[in-house]
Amino acid sequence: MATNDLKLLGGWFSPFACRVQIALSIKGLDYENIVENLNSKSDLLLQSNPTYKKIPVLIHGDKTICESAIIVQYIDEVWKNNATSSILPSNAYAKAIARFWVSYIDDKFFNSLRYGLFAQDDESKKKYFDELEEVLLKLEEVFNKLSEGKGFFGGEKIGFIDIALGCYLSWLKVKEKFTGTKMFDEAKNPGLVKWAEAFSAHPAVKGILPETDKLVEYAIAMAQGLAAAATAAPK
Amino acid sequence: MADEVILLDFWLSPFGSRIRIALAEKGIKYEYIEEDLRKNKSSLLLQMNPVHKKIPVLIHNGKPIAESLIAVQYIDEVWNDKSPLLPSDPYERSHARFWADYVDKKIYEVGRKLYTKKGEEQEAGKKELIEVFKLLEQELGDKTYFGGDKLGFVDIAFIPFYTWFKTYETFGNINIEKECPKILSWAKRCIKIESVSKSLPDQDKVYDFIVEIRKKLGIE
Repeated sequence: MATNDLKLLGGWFSPFACRVQIALSIKGLDYENIVENLNSKSDLLLQSNPTYKKIPVLIHGDKTICESAIIVQYIDEVWKNNATSSILPSNAYAKAIARFWVSYIDDKFFNSLRYGLFAQDDESKKKYFDELEEVLLKLEEVFNKLSEGKGFFGGEKIGFIDIALGCYLSWLKVKEKFTGTKMFDEAKNPGLVKWAEAFSAHPAVKGILPETDKLVEYAIAMAQGLAAAATAAPK
Repeated sequence: MADEVILLDFWLSPFGSRIRIALAEKGIKYEYIEEDLRKNKSSLLLQMNPVHKKIPVLIHNGKPIAESLIAVQYIDEVWNDKSPLLPSDPYERSHARFWADYVDKKIYEVGRKLYTKKGEEQEAGKKELIEVFKLLEQELGDKTYFGGDKLGFVDIAFIPFYTWFKTYETFGNINIEKECPKILSWAKRCIKIESVSKSLPDQDKVYDFIVEIRKKLGIE
């Protein structure tokens, strides 16, 4: 029963859809979860997000909201409820900092990870994964500064940055399987190692991040698809 | 205690212009520091934006905020007593963020192709830029501004690129007024607003600067 008239057009494999699910979970909201097949997008998706035709899309009554970071902020602003379930900080400067790091994560972290995972040659793979290591060192620094020893980027509770970065954990586990190296270097990223465990175990997150084996299968199929497209593309 | 507001910027930057417009709309006094991007980056810039080492950076009482759209939202939230830049309704706000983000993703990088590339790449860039402008024209519809009756977040995000139209048109051989007349009339309405006109560089100066850049990059 979706009393709030909420629909999520998403996918279990999408870190971006997971962000929305976690935000809805934090606020205790019921919603209809519609899993999209990206090879055969529904009419509803194409109509709801004509600009990008991508998931996730949140449909709230007659309103559609696209782009995961924007959707999470929308959810946080509509269901203000109480301080314990707030996702962004209330202080304007802290909010700006959170937005900055989410933007950084979606740019630097995401691109290094996905280009590295699906790079066709070893040299490119190494370049992207080296970049990823640099990004993780930076994020370790940020984590230490913002968590103030309390466990999450948001302090005592999970916040905007936790949700944004946390949803990539499953794909980092895919990288672990593909490359044979641990997703976080325990010596260089001890903070992030602990954070990842705490995030994955958080009640609002449980059951939302996909199982690694299932995602690995999905990633392999994606990689095969990309490789086929690369060889088929006209020169 | 009086607020100390500094903007680290470069005259040409459409991103810096956004922050200048926001500060002007709110009537905020600030110190403008020009960072000459043709020279080595200043120690202030490296200190205030160590992650990206880019302008613009807004510095409020010693605390830096980088990324122009984040800075504009910050300004709107802190100086919330006048001239709201974003809507108060959460849905309208998310709508404004979506389109400002679209402007951010599409215009600068695509527009660059028109004056730095040739042949197929340039052609593809031209086609894409016109498509982007047409989509924005659709979003504008019959409204006076993207923000409705007054200048809003999307207007502020987009209007600085008006000063690049001469550059796009000359090097890309396109006619923006012909393809997207509503965008031109919207832009002309915006630049009648003082906070906008005094925050934007001159179109000809932008064009001349790009001519220099192309010479340096050896494009001809």
